[in-house]
Amino acid sequence: MFAFFMSSGLFLGWSLGANDASNVFGTAVGSKMIHFRTAAVWCSIFVILGAVISGAGASHTLGKLGSVNAIAGAFIVAFAAAASVYLMTKARYPVSTSQAIVGAIIGWNLFTGSPTDYNSLTKIVTTWGVCPIIAAVIAIVIYKLVVFFIYTFKPDIFSQDILTRYGLLVVGAFGSYSLGANNIANVMGVFVPVSPFSDISFYGWFTLSSAQQLFFIGAMAIAVGVFTYSKRVMATVGEGIFRLSPVAAFAVVSAHSLVLFLFASQGLQNLMIQLSLPPIPLVPVSSSQAIVGAVVGIGLLKGGRGIRWRTLGGIASSWAVSPVIASILSFIALFFLQNVFEQEVYRPIKYELTPDAVEQIQTAKISLCGLEHLFDKEFADARRLNTVLSNQKRLADQDRNFILSSTAIDKLEFSADRIDPVKNELITEKFLSPLQESESRVFNHKWQFEEALAKRSGNWRQ
Amino acid sequence: MDFRILKRKLEIGKRIDDFLDNVSESGLLFKLGVDSYLKGNVESFEKKLEDITHTENQGDSLRRSLEEQLYVQTLIPESIGDVLELLENMDTLLDCFKGAMWRFEIEYPTIPPEMHRDFMELVACVVDSVEAMVRSARAFFKNMDAVSDHMHKVSYWEKQSDKISTRLQRNIFRHNDLQLSHKLQLRDFAIHVDQIADQAEDVADKLSIYVIKRSL
Repeated sequence: MFAFFMSSGLFLGWSLGANDASNVFGTAVGSKMIHFRTAAVWCSIFVILGAVISGAGASHTLGKLGSVNAIAGAFIVAFAAAASVYLMTKARYPVSTSQAIVGAIIGWNLFTGSPTDYNSLTKIVTTWGVCPIIAAVIAIVIYKLVVFFIYTFKPDIFSQDILTRYGLLVVGAFGSYSLGANNIANVMGVFVPVSPFSDISFYGWFTLSSAQQLFFIGAMAIAVGVFTYSKRVMATVGEGIFRLSPVAAFAVVSAHSLVLFLFASQGLQNLMIQLSLPPIPLVPVSSSQAIVGAVVGIGLLKGGRGIRWRTLGGIASSWAVSPVIASILSFIALFFLQNVFEQEVYRPIKYELTPDAVEQIQTAKISLCGLEHLFDKEFADARRLNTVLSNQKRLADQDRNFILSSTAIDKLEFSADRIDPVKNELITEKFLSPLQESESRVFNHKWQFEEALAKRSGNWRQ
Repeated sequence: MDFRILKRKLEIGKRIDDFLDNVSESGLLFKLGVDSYLKGNVESFEKKLEDITHTENQGDSLRRSLEEQLYVQTLIPESIGDVLELLENMDTLLDCFKGAMWRFEIEYPTIPPEMHRDFMELVACVVDSVEAMVRSARAFFKNMDAVSDHMHKVSYWEKQSDKISTRLQRNIFRHNDLQLSHKLQLRDFAIHVDQIADQAEDVADKLSIYVIKRSL
């Protein structure tokens, strides 16, 4: 059954390969510097490596936006995203799986009455707005540097041709790696909590976690997408917006790869934190937006006359339309799956201002004054509680989210016999041993369970 | 794509050099051939004619193989059309030299001795304009910045050729001892030779566009 539900994730992976991955080598193939077959092979290898090695970074932000808590729901979310990307790809518009999956998750939130974390949503949408601008600036800087290099070292026409070819191949490989690292969360992120795989150790050299195995399968689907359907979109990216010279193509692909890397690298984020600089949010950004931003940057540097604004307008409007389509598709498909096929598309979560939750909220210095009549009252979903809260008290978004997360009823049961089946499969011994001595207990809220775990052992606190 | 492409690059660069050497060499052979003709050294003239025909054949086969290599290996895809056109045009200059030499051989015009100096001067200017064009083409492949340094010389030599050709035609028609048919034949020769410089200037104009297209 898991394999069936995961098929929509593979469909989404295929769409990503057909659409987003073509951005990486589109300019190189469009300007005939690299053969499509060479591009497809390199792209597939590095997407797989990026996904498996560094895929975890951006999935966290996506998880915060809305936690799809039933496998059938995850299936529909991935399916709605994939279908909208497929429709856009069919229309030859380089849309983004990131946008589609965010739209689909919001559709799930709307259908299930789950809260949408507007902080995460704002962070993601702002990044989408900023991403093309950053890509344009980086592309201009790289282009200027390359031109300086050419004027200084004066390579002959054939040397320049060969250097550009190898350069395109190297930055394309880097771009594919970054794409795998940044976007695999879109494809497989929703399936990670329900993964049936267990860790595989390769003679103690390295271990492939269950998430990494999922990411590997997703990346294979991306590779299939690259080989089977990306050629057409490559032509749009390579020639549609602005006819690029190979040197400009190099600058564009480099800028795109750097932008994706910036928003996917945990190492870079840690470095920024260590240097007391504002950390870069790890968000699944759109490779299409990065590439289009970079192409427009080069076009503007050349005076802007060669830019085909009509094509660009079409692409930009497809960016606005694709999350909406994904969200509507997701909503409608969830309705059908739940009511026609009678599948559980979400696990209902009730909300209640229990004494524990009230204490937790007050500890966080959020005033519940005027809401006393809501104590111990049960709400069927987050939307209802949210409506009541909005009607009765002015609350900051952050405080409202805190109240919602504190009052969610999860009913987590902890006992030794529940631990046994997961022993040595999903949780390693160093995490398990402190728990085995604990007595059985039921927790009303997830945060209570987390606190209890943290109290038990330092390993869980990390 | 692998490292064989580096070897191919060195190969194609050398072949383009060889082809441009052929064009340059044909100019020198033309100059020496006309000199031999004017001095009445028929044997030497015929040897030069043979040499220039051989050079032209070599140039043709080099150009064909270069075009094939550029197409098959999709080298410099963004400029391939321009490069092929440049090679064709340079080959036309080579053909023009050979054509002019054959015309001497076919018509055997009698050139009055007082016009020998003007004819030699005209040939020298035409050969210089083509030589400047060859240098511009080499610079296009090796160092784009240097193209303009050579290109303005093409125009300079073309203007000089025009001046000499006009002077020569005037002298031909003011020569009282020649019949009109003889005058017309000599005029055609002067125009034919001068047109090689015009052709070189046309190629230079096109080259300047190719340079703009490749500018970063």
